Amino acid sequence: MLRYTLRRVLLMIPTLIGSTFLVYLLVFLIPGDPVTRLAGGEKRLSDSTIASIREQYNLDDPFFVQYAKYLWGVLHGDFGHDFNGNSVSTLIATALPYTVVLALTAFVLKLVIGVCLGVWAGLRQGRLPDKFNLFFTIFFLAVPGFIIAYFSQYVFGIKLHWLPISGVQAGFPLAFVMPAMVLALETASPLARLSRTSLVDTMRSDYIVTATAKGISPQRIMWVHALRNAFMPVVTYLGLSMAALLGGSVLIETIFNLPGLGGTLARAIDTQNGPVVVGVSIFLLLFYLVAALVVDLLYPIIDPRVRHA
Amino acid sequence: MPESTTSPQTARARRGRPRSGLRSLWKSPWFDIAAIIIVVVALMALFPSLFTHIDPRDCDLSKSRLGPEPGHLMGYDIQGCDYWSNIVYGARTSLEVGVYTAAISFVIALVAGSLAGYFGGVVDSVISWTSNVILGIPVGIASLVILYQFRSRTVWTIVFVLVLFSWAATMRYMRSSVMQVRNLEYIQAARGLGVGPWRILGSHVIPNAVTPLIVMTTLSVGAGMAAEAGFSILGVGLKLPAFSWGIQIALASQDGNWQIAPLLMFFPALMLGLTTLAFVVLGESLRDALDPKARR
Repeated sequence: MLRYTLRRVLLMIPTLIGSTFLVYLLVFLIPGDPVTRLAGGEKRLSDSTIASIREQYNLDDPFFVQYAKYLWGVLHGDFGHDFNGNSVSTLIATALPYTVVLALTAFVLKLVIGVCLGVWAGLRQGRLPDKFNLFFTIFFLAVPGFIIAYFSQYVFGIKLHWLPISGVQAGFPLAFVMPAMVLALETASPLARLSRTSLVDTMRSDYIVTATAKGISPQRIMWVHALRNAFMPVVTYLGLSMAALLGGSVLIETIFNLPGLGGTLARAIDTQNGPVVVGVSIFLLLFYLVAALVVDLLYPIIDPRVRHA
Repeated sequence: MPESTTSPQTARARRGRPRSGLRSLWKSPWFDIAAIIIVVVALMALFPSLFTHIDPRDCDLSKSRLGPEPGHLMGYDIQGCDYWSNIVYGARTSLEVGVYTAAISFVIALVAGSLAGYFGGVVDSVISWTSNVILGIPVGIASLVILYQFRSRTVWTIVFVLVLFSWAATMRYMRSSVMQVRNLEYIQAARGLGVGPWRILGSHVIPNAVTPLIVMTTLSVGAGMAAEAGFSILGVGLKLPAFSWGIQIALASQDGNWQIAPLLMFFPALMLGLTTLAFVVLGESLRDALDPKARR
């Protein structure tokens, strides 16, 4: 277990350095003045602002020293300041709860939709539920999430007035229902498919045939013998998708005007606020990597076979 | 494995001649609908003048956001331009992003996956490690940051960023598929007969391992088109005066335009949704026809 943990943590380091380095490289090593690029081009800056940005990003040092100093600051929770002097760390801290609430709500909805649909289809293989499942998965796999988002805003927000169109004024359940539902539908398809295939495969395996031959009731075989094993691949997939949800859904947060991390990133891009773009995206990268790491470390606890792999 | 109960002879008889799977494609009505949609959109992209005689840049501000009327099936956009001709001319860019991304990823995945899967060793380690690093990065955020750095963006900028993050997943499929084929008896027989490694790879391994890659590539065209639109909505995609469904959706989404004139959002979203759906149905049908193991 210790060796597995150690290997997994060591594997994360190149990805971590690689991805943050990529972001940093793109912003600071492209030909041209990084200060004007951070400010988004033609904006006029006072000499003192320029000086403070040069100091903040250590632009007078050699490139690798700049990067190392920035990463060192990030690891200590310091993401720098934007052009108005606001701390990017504070910005991240205010935005984070919205993203986490959205991700958790979407995760629960997705779990219920995906697993129920998959199991239902798997039990009634080749019949109506199975066909419905196929239709559902293809439809939501194909149609982009933002189209579903705009469509539901129109139907449930503008026409029916059931839910707020955007923003967070309505508070937790109401304001998050639509964005979480769209995220859940958009990502439930692979889950529904995986649950179905996995259940069908398990029901065909030898030990289920043995159990049937011994005269155990179909219900007991289903609930006691089949489901637990069928859900092993599903749990792996769920873990990875949880990391992806936490990594932020920039598009959905923007469309529903949620002040989460993704929405903050999109607004910073829109207002060409370079330091916020760099800070928030590096934070999201780290957040995603750590979430993926935690999931991987939890997995051997659920499935003991992984420990020996 | 229930398959093992049938004798090899009956199995062979049931399988029939090779490629018979492809013929079953034509029997499915879903495949027909998908194929028709793709052909129509492709024609729009290649010959927009077949579908409209109105210049998409011939605009009349006084007609801004007006609804459909005779001769102007989809009404007018914010600038008062005919919306139908805008949609027709937008097909090319949207389709270009999807098709170029899928095609370039296909080539990279084919070459890298075959090399990694067939030769193994150091080649495999380098290619697999690179793809693992890329798969570890959340695509949406990374592509946003990269696109933000480009002051002017063309179709190729978008394609470059999408390819950068999409080849790794398809490469993995190709690699594992090559690794399965590599050890089959007929490959060993070819090796025993003294056929060189490149010839084996080119004429024996790849043709038998490429099916999952073709399916993946078809499925990914729609994702590329959706990403183009997503980038435009977030302000890091293509911009006017280019035509694309993504730009039209983005313009409609700004300042609550579509809440006043929902059709501005509806038409490009409908075209984009139908096209991405068509590519997924096409990919799924191909999978069913070419890969009998996945048919359950």
